[in-house]
Amino acid sequence: MTPLLQARGLTKHYGARLGCGNVSFDLYPGEVMGIVGESGSGKSTLLSCLAGHLSPDAGEVIFDTRDHGPQDVLRMSEPARRMLGRTDWAFVHQNARDGLRMGVSAGANVGERLMAVGARHYGDIREQATDWLGRVEIAADRIDDRPRAFSGGMQQRLQIARNLVTGPRLVFMDEPTGGLDVSVQARLLDLLRGLVREMGLSAIVVTHDLAVVRLLADRLMVMKGGAVVEAGLTDQVLDDPQHGYTQLLVSSVLQV
Amino acid sequence: MKMIRVSDVSKSFVLHNQGGAVIPVMAGAELSVAPGECVALVGNSGAGKSTLMRMIWGNYLCGSGAITVGDVDVARAEPREVLRMRRELMGYVSQFLRVVPRVPTLEVVAEPALRAGVAREVALSRARSLLARLNLPEPLWALSPTTFSGGEQQRVNIARGFVHDFPAMLLDEPTASLDATNRAVVLDLIREAKARGAAIVGIFHDEAARAEICDREIDVSRFAPGAA
Amino acid sequence: MTLHDPNYNFAYLDEQTKRMIRRALLKALAIPGYQVPFASREMPMPYGWGTGGVQVTAACLTPEDTLKVIDQGADDTTNAVSIRKFFQRTAGVAVTEQTAQASVIQTRHRIPETPLIEGQILVYQVPIPEPLRFLEPRETETRRMHALEEYGLMHVKLYEDIAHNGEISTAYAYPVKVEGRYVMDPSPIPKFDNPKLESAAIQLFGAGREQRIYALPPYCRVTSLDFEDHPFEASKADHDCDLCGCATSYLDEVIVDDAGGRMFVCSDTDFCTGRREGGHRGRLSPEDMA
Repeated sequence: MTPLLQARGLTKHYGARLGCGNVSFDLYPGEVMGIVGESGSGKSTLLSCLAGHLSPDAGEVIFDTRDHGPQDVLRMSEPARRMLGRTDWAFVHQNARDGLRMGVSAGANVGERLMAVGARHYGDIREQATDWLGRVEIAADRIDDRPRAFSGGMQQRLQIARNLVTGPRLVFMDEPTGGLDVSVQARLLDLLRGLVREMGLSAIVVTHDLAVVRLLADRLMVMKGGAVVEAGLTDQVLDDPQHGYTQLLVSSVLQV
Repeated sequence: MKMIRVSDVSKSFVLHNQGGAVIPVMAGAELSVAPGECVALVGNSGAGKSTLMRMIWGNYLCGSGAITVGDVDVARAEPREVLRMRRELMGYVSQFLRVVPRVPTLEVVAEPALRAGVAREVALSRARSLLARLNLPEPLWALSPTTFSGGEQQRVNIARGFVHDFPAMLLDEPTASLDATNRAVVLDLIREAKARGAAIVGIFHDEAARAEICDREIDVSRFAPGAA
Repeated sequence: MTLHDPNYNFAYLDEQTKRMIRRALLKALAIPGYQVPFASREMPMPYGWGTGGVQVTAACLTPEDTLKVIDQGADDTTNAVSIRKFFQRTAGVAVTEQTAQASVIQTRHRIPETPLIEGQILVYQVPIPEPLRFLEPRETETRRMHALEEYGLMHVKLYEDIAHNGEISTAYAYPVKVEGRYVMDPSPIPKFDNPKLESAAIQLFGAGREQRIYALPPYCRVTSLDFEDHPFEASKADHDCDLCGCATSYLDEVIVDDAGGRMFVCSDTDFCTGRREGGHRGRLSPEDMA
């Protein structure tokens, strides 16, 4: 089986400081990988490099494209990369405001990606938007409301609908449950897990919340100081951590 | 042919945050289980029964040696291979129920079957019949098990483990905190699994149950480092 | 031709500035619909009063030109009169109110009803040249979207219209796609005028405050954006002109008394006058009232 995404020796410096160093991994279709670590560990830098938001100093990000097989995303033309960003890739931001257009309705937010890839039939666009709002548990009668009128959890769910409407194969998530109430987090996690499974999505989830990765991720990478210190099956890394930092991380979680 | 095979396995924990203390917990562990066989792990508390079971499940790393389940070399496999093993080959009844909040009990129970590729309706109907057999009141099926009592959660765990006919099973105290009626149901379930050819490794503090159901006992304290 | 005020260079701007603007105009004509940045000058009028259009007109005018200036279709409104006087004084060019007589027409918010012909130049005053602006405030991002032809966002705006009003309610500054490439804001002309953007004349657009020039060369293909199930419609008020009876021209609604009385008249004053001189009559024509 060809990996959907291969990272090879990804390295990014900010001046003299290391953002992330020599990160390599393979992600297979249907796999969900968590990246955990404290703030400043390089997990967000890595995610940005993978998603093409930052250009790394060295390394390759090879994606198995539908039409041309494995391609180094970093060497693609900008239009091709942005097209990928609207079709096969999705990016869920921590702050829904970064991922939504706050000035237009929920329906338009969901429909935008469809229109961006050429949908020109209003009725069809609206039908798909309605369907997706339902899938993320937003009532159909909110379709013409702007996201400003939504709660934080609803905004986050809207962002997910907006991202998944074009049927992407790879989703990047940056702290998808960050800043939400615990009860809202649980609902979102449940939703994400269902969608990931149902659509056979591959996902890379950056978070500092170990409970999130335990429920969402098949595999885990632990980062510290820009480097991957440990990687493996999620429950193995959490139940039998090998690296000192991971042990510290796991033992620091408050039990309820 | 053995379904589960553990050979010359050792394990130690390194506590990096406590002065790098190395705690050897197991050495030279040997175990093999054939289809239709139920093997009990015995030994004092702390002897390493759970550790060995977790190494077979793959959530503890195997220090050295080999562990195979069917065609999967658990000790060396990539995460996705271990996941495939759990999806297709092995069921696990643990003592802890770890579920996504808000997911109804029926879905929690059906999940392993769904993951193994069983059709949704079939998986749900098996989940229903198992929950009914285990006397979990039907009104609870639509609720998340997170707020259930210990005994109720235990029965959800058991139903989850038996919802699919895995060729291998791990049972960690399956009869703990159950009343006599439900205990008997669980023993029946184990017998049925054996009869269809499942290779089973279990931990039972319940000696009567162990005697009734297990073909062999393996004393794990034999594998204590320095014991040999 | 009268002489221009000798205290000013011809058409107010210095020759270097006019050359700079002409270079921008040529580039704009070569890439239809593309917004060319230019070094907009301070003009002796406030922004929003047509500083962009005036600079483009100044760069185009020759002493032999005949200039017409309209504001919302009318030759006699303050803005039109001031700009016309400005060029009479600084360029000494002939002026006219008749569309057919003009070689250069500066306009705000309308295209004349009389079809333009080859050799004529129509100069638009543009307040906000960027059609994507209201949805994407970052200039860096809108430029990239133009460069990469990422125009899905434009349809988001039209989608919003239909979602909130049941139809595309954008009535003016209705976005168009030029020669299948650049999405362009046609300036705040009514969408009724959009079909006239495909024209024999040269059309130049100047935005002074935003420092952008763009253009449509003659016979260039201009398509109004729409949805398959909500096609573009060049709508107008459902009336005839009350003065000349024309059923096909764009109309202004005029309130005539405190009792809610109103009349509809051609927004293009020259067109309406021409029809009345040709004997056409409307519902409220003074002759009939008398």
